[in-house]
Amino acid sequence: MTEAATPLWEVFIRSRSGLPHKHCGSVHAPDATMALQAARDVYTRRGEAVSLWIVPSSAIVASDPADKDAMFEPTATKIYRHPTFYEVPEEVGHM
Amino acid sequence: MTTTLASTMQAAIFELSLALGDDALVLGHRLTEWSSRAPMLEEDIALSNLGLDLIGQARLFYTYAGEVEGKGRREDDLAYFRDAAAYRNLLIVELEIGDFAHTIARQFLYAAFVHPYFQALAKSGDARLAEIAAKAVKEMAYHLRHASEWMIRLGDGTAESKRRVTSALDDLWGYTDEMFEVMPGERALIAAGNAPDRTAIKPKWAATVDAVLREATLTRPADRGMQSGGRQGRHTEALDHMLAEMQVLARQHPGATW
Repeated sequence: MTEAATPLWEVFIRSRSGLPHKHCGSVHAPDATMALQAARDVYTRRGEAVSLWIVPSSAIVASDPADKDAMFEPTATKIYRHPTFYEVPEEVGHM
Repeated sequence: MTTTLASTMQAAIFELSLALGDDALVLGHRLTEWSSRAPMLEEDIALSNLGLDLIGQARLFYTYAGEVEGKGRREDDLAYFRDAAAYRNLLIVELEIGDFAHTIARQFLYAAFVHPYFQALAKSGDARLAEIAAKAVKEMAYHLRHASEWMIRLGDGTAESKRRVTSALDDLWGYTDEMFEVMPGERALIAAGNAPDRTAIKPKWAATVDAVLREATLTRPADRGMQSGGRQGRHTEALDHMLAEMQVLARQHPGATW
């Protein structure tokens, strides 16, 4: 088994129930079952996870870095979108 | 009479804890030999993880063995200051790691036994043995799963992977019967409900092995030339070499800490 022939999988970890799965890295594995095991072995050794998601890297549709001005630059001048103009009542707690 | 019976039971618990600790330590050390050398990063970490699970189990069994023995021997004394002849591990765990298929096949054959064995030991009348087994059974469930998935992919993979895993099974098969040999002192423990009967685990082991080999399109080797002697301290040369490497630091610098 060479690395070139082994598909890449993206790994998402849920660290506590209630929190979303977060991307943490990737693993090489021949199929989904083995990818799940590899992710468990590589990324959850220190008690990081209560749940794992595995997605074929080829299934990820990514934005093109060359488009970053058009994609992300325009928001820089829209500071009114940031929720910094409010006082959050203490009862609301964690947001 | 009662004292004699109690001390016989204590001696048997010491022997069983020592043997289970030796199985775990020797196989655990073998797995760590893959560190930085496995075919891919993912398996490098996986095999080291499995090794650390086993070394953790060995520490618990050794600590208990030392306490039961009552001579003040601690886990490090038992691991680093006994020669091969005093080790009581199964021969199958001491064999050299071989190639990846050999390592996986051994892990599979061992985990398929020790997982149901620990399930049964978790119901032991001896609270400490039950406690250690209850922790270890979860680890061994994963070892079995990991190794089984690899067995299926190696067996039903390429011509080369099938050739290698077939050869590994042929090499290892003669060492499987020793897992079901009951040690002399163990009979009293079985009778008292303190340890499971190894021979009763064999049908479960065989069912697991057969199911995985079938899915892996592999043939179960014939039973012949079964080896044993590990429980009596009659080991292969491989264990001497392994212990020399494993024990050198502790023996050159006794009591060293880091």
